[in-house]
Amino acid sequence: MEQWWGYLGLIAQGAVVTAQITLLGCALALAAAFVAGLGRISKYWPLRWLATAYIEFFRGTSIFVQLFWAYFVLPLLGVPLTPLQAGVLALGLNVGAYGAEVVRGAIQSVPREQYEACKALNLTRLQELRYIIMPQAFVLMLPTFGNNAIELLKGTAVVSLISLSDLTFQAQVVRAQTGSTAVPFLTIMAVYFFYSTVISSAIRGLERRLSRGLDVTKA
Amino acid sequence: MEWDWAFVWQILPQLGQGVIITIEATVMGTIVAMVLGLVLAIARRSSNKAVARPVGFFSDFVRGTPLLVQLYFLFYILPDVGILLPPLVAGVIGLGVHYATYTAEVYRTGIDNIARGQWEAAKAVNLDTRQTWVHIIIPQAIPPMIPALANYFVAMFKETPLLAAITVMELMGQARSLANYNYKYAEPMTLVGVFFLAVSIPSVIGLRYLERRYSRRER
Repeated sequence: MEQWWGYLGLIAQGAVVTAQITLLGCALALAAAFVAGLGRISKYWPLRWLATAYIEFFRGTSIFVQLFWAYFVLPLLGVPLTPLQAGVLALGLNVGAYGAEVVRGAIQSVPREQYEACKALNLTRLQELRYIIMPQAFVLMLPTFGNNAIELLKGTAVVSLISLSDLTFQAQVVRAQTGSTAVPFLTIMAVYFFYSTVISSAIRGLERRLSRGLDVTKA
Repeated sequence: MEWDWAFVWQILPQLGQGVIITIEATVMGTIVAMVLGLVLAIARRSSNKAVARPVGFFSDFVRGTPLLVQLYFLFYILPDVGILLPPLVAGVIGLGVHYATYTAEVYRTGIDNIARGQWEAAKAVNLDTRQTWVHIIIPQAIPPMIPALANYFVAMFKETPLLAAITVMELMGQARSLANYNYKYAEPMTLVGVFFLAVSIPSVIGLRYLERRYSRRER
């Protein structure tokens, strides 16, 4: 019985690590999504080209490949990364590439009259984006961002393969020590499921808050 | 860092064997996901709550937990209950079940999007249930589903490297073993990345074509 408490402690440590990677990864993904998404619709072709290259590259290769590349090949190019840095970098940039298309789509789906009204009011491009377009577009992005965040959470499991002690890693440790598979793996699946439920309900709450006062047509 | 072309030529045949397994896993996983997804979709639409509820929970659970953890679970649990499967088969089941929960949603929305008038019209011209499905519902439901389904199959292809974690010697498994054996990571990992890009860039173009051809334009 005492042993089980020890094992539960390991799983709890893993749960903390998984939450950390997920949060850091989401922060990076959000930043990357906005930079690349705005880059995609920039007036300047080099920016458009760069953003497109980034998006296609990260969407085109799998997260697993990117993680291994970041962890094993970047050090050879003179960029040594800790497992945590490699994990956050690969996950954040990967999911950010999917998010960038969401940002672009949402901004482009704001009706044209809104842009015309901004021009009529003589707003600068920055004011237009900050006060008129973004508040409307951001609400449209939220549901897909929520799905992306859950994909990122699920992606964190692969960091166990570069020796980061997340939930999946700890479940393997418990399995190796006890010989039991069902208990540790069902436990961590329940934790992952709990996390994804938290993410989706948080996003739904945020969506309700931010869409207050906006004339949003729900799909 | 030196890029070693001789090493590249030396490992290509072995990576080629991995590519074959990768393709096999994708094709078989696709078949499982297409068939099982239909079963899940029908079960979830069932008017019997004792069927619909557990199936719904199962789908949400599978979609909320990482594929890697599910693969480990299958790989370690099945032998415990006396089912000995080759790793590739366990992997295909894992991929297939995971993506079946996604294709099920595609089927469900595809069928739900058929206007009620179509069902009523079928009844009015005295078609029986089979005729209604075969001649009226399915021909209209399938085309809008094609881009969404294709999208998931490309996603599945990009997740096949996870099978390396359960000892399937697909492309990533071969690359990892070559890298560890020769202690050279840059060439095998980069070649894997190049292969995935080489497949997914044309498939993105293909997906766009499918979307143009089959999606009903609603905007």
